[in-house]
Amino acid sequence: MTSFSELKKSLIVSLWFSFLTFPIMVIKADPIEKTVIWRWENLFFVAIGSFTLSMLGKIFFAQHERRRARRAADQAPARDPLIQVILREPRYLYPLAGAILIFALAFPFLFSTYQTNVMTTALMYVVLGLGLNIVVGVAGLLDLGYVAFYAVGAYSYALLNLHFDLGFWTVLPIGAILAAFFGILLGFPVLRLRGDYLAIVTLGFGEIIRLIMENWNEFSQGPSGISNIDRPGLFGLELSLDMAITYLYYLLIVMVLITIFVVNRLQDSRLGRAWIALREDEIACQAMGIDKTKTKLTAFALGATWAGMVGVFFAAKTTFINPASFTFLESAIILSIVVLGGMGSILGVVVGALVLILLPEYLRALSDYRMLAFGAILVTMMVFRPQGIISSVRRTYRYRKRGERERPAEEGDTQ
Amino acid sequence: MEYFIELLFSGLTRGSIYALIALGYTMVYGIIGLINFAHGEIYMIGAFTAYIVASVLTIYGFPVLSIVIIAGLAAAVWSSAYGYTVEKVAYKPLRHAPRLSPLISAIGMSIFLQNYVLLAQTSDFLAFPQLIPDFEFMEPVAHIVGTTDMIILVTTAVVMLGLTLLIKFSRTGKAMRATSQDRTMAMLVGINVDRVISMTFIIGSSLAAIGGVLIASHIGQINFYIGFIAGIKAFTAAVLGGIGSIPGAVLGSFILGLTESFATGYISSDYEDVFAFSLLVLILIFKPSGLLGKSETQKV
Repeated sequence: MTSFSELKKSLIVSLWFSFLTFPIMVIKADPIEKTVIWRWENLFFVAIGSFTLSMLGKIFFAQHERRRARRAADQAPARDPLIQVILREPRYLYPLAGAILIFALAFPFLFSTYQTNVMTTALMYVVLGLGLNIVVGVAGLLDLGYVAFYAVGAYSYALLNLHFDLGFWTVLPIGAILAAFFGILLGFPVLRLRGDYLAIVTLGFGEIIRLIMENWNEFSQGPSGISNIDRPGLFGLELSLDMAITYLYYLLIVMVLITIFVVNRLQDSRLGRAWIALREDEIACQAMGIDKTKTKLTAFALGATWAGMVGVFFAAKTTFINPASFTFLESAIILSIVVLGGMGSILGVVVGALVLILLPEYLRALSDYRMLAFGAILVTMMVFRPQGIISSVRRTYRYRKRGERERPAEEGDTQ
Repeated sequence: MEYFIELLFSGLTRGSIYALIALGYTMVYGIIGLINFAHGEIYMIGAFTAYIVASVLTIYGFPVLSIVIIAGLAAAVWSSAYGYTVEKVAYKPLRHAPRLSPLISAIGMSIFLQNYVLLAQTSDFLAFPQLIPDFEFMEPVAHIVGTTDMIILVTTAVVMLGLTLLIKFSRTGKAMRATSQDRTMAMLVGINVDRVISMTFIIGSSLAAIGGVLIASHIGQINFYIGFIAGIKAFTAAVLGGIGSIPGAVLGSFILGLTESFATGYISSDYEDVFAFSLLVLILIFKPSGLLGKSETQKV
């Protein structure tokens, strides 16, 4: 399986990476104290690590090739992965969904408040991921400034609460509408742009919002942020801290369910199919008579709406916000969730959010490496598995001969 | 008037640094039609390499001139090594993938490199050694226009000239121009397109490294995050001039540098980055092809 030449290639890779990482990994110099620390052990780790990864990669590709060759020889159709079968068959799907829901509802009683709090954060990212999924996954518009809408929601609750003492439930729709308004505001100028340019402009937009929040002290209290934001109330009841956390957790469960329902329905709607057409081929989509302006704007507005609502939740949960929570990295995390989970796939995004948010939380020792891992995940996912953990399913009609056994009517999406 | 000259020179200095980075974007875009999101990080790595090498050499007591030369060379070598590797790891496998994939992969690479430097070095701002000696010249305006400004402008001019000659007359330059016009055709006439792409990344990265060293010694401090903002601004400059066009990138950089300098000087220094981003949004709305760019015809 591993020939000599492959070993040699991996060795070269290992040497190359040792050279590449040498100054930054090995030397740590301090010209003020006049000390140089040589960290030779890092060089050793890089060499071993890159050698192993290179070998693993080669084995992976070899196996992949062999499997494909065998499949081509057998002429057998590719079997659907287990998860797709479960998603398709109601008799598996409904009990499973029910079990997960019961577990989710029982969660605050089974685990500590801290765990509930962590889970609440993860659920917020589920909704954020699903919202961005509308824009990126379904409509194919790469939005790198998604966090701006999240900020709009959070700041609208914080400011309205501060100045006018408006409550959580009043601001929730206001935050959503304001975010949608900003979505359209961003959508209008960038209607003519596509792909890369769109990504950059949305990134610029996100940064503009953050920089304004940071510098316009009279309006947003600048970098020091806004504190003492009210938690959501429950019919005028006074809630203790623990109860408030549990309450927020249940609110987010409801929010997630609503989001999943709406997004799922949207995907099958006329609008949803227009988005998919836009993603697949913009010119052909226009030629089919789809109103591109309306389609793009609704994608931005609807995506932003969810971000706005989660923003309100975020402000209510932390009771303190400042511009540092809304950096580009936050956008990148949400994007990683969508990409890791599987662009366009609802279950994929949910799984992606839980994995990416909970994993670093429970692997505390590794949390320093969180962003490093996010970057690496984005690259590896694009190179090895662009469809994500759970790929979205494209509905296709397949003609069946009479007497033939029931075959799946859907196929894995092969974009 | 003095203030005006000061702002003018600061704008030109900024502009020439943006130009060094913007060239990398524009060259890569011209050849493979990809926005190399990790380019700003290459620039940051160049600055860090120079910092590390210069610090070590200073501690071991090397003469100043040799430190400048060795640190500059090291920055260029390692930056191009990183540029080359990034292309091989993150972009080459995706050459035939849908457009969104290489872009996401580039963003991933950018985040990865930032955090790699953050973890391997430090998140603090580091004081960059003053590589360019501060001597008095141009007496009447010496207090307005510093030595570093002058050296940055001259270095940039020399590098630009070198690049123009390289692209106009060398074999590699010709191959690059051919590839950017039509990749398939270039392949048919026997140009090794993979090597041309690698060369583009290497040249672009070493230019970014030079920019990194210059700006780091100008500002006097570096941080793992400097690549992000500088990258976005250089990209703005490249778009302003028309992405894919080399003279466009230079023109765009100077316009952006001067705009920023005068806007911060006469309006407010808090919103420095907002001006750059707003300029980017405005250009893309009104003239997406940029000042010197060709408008791209869409093919079905």
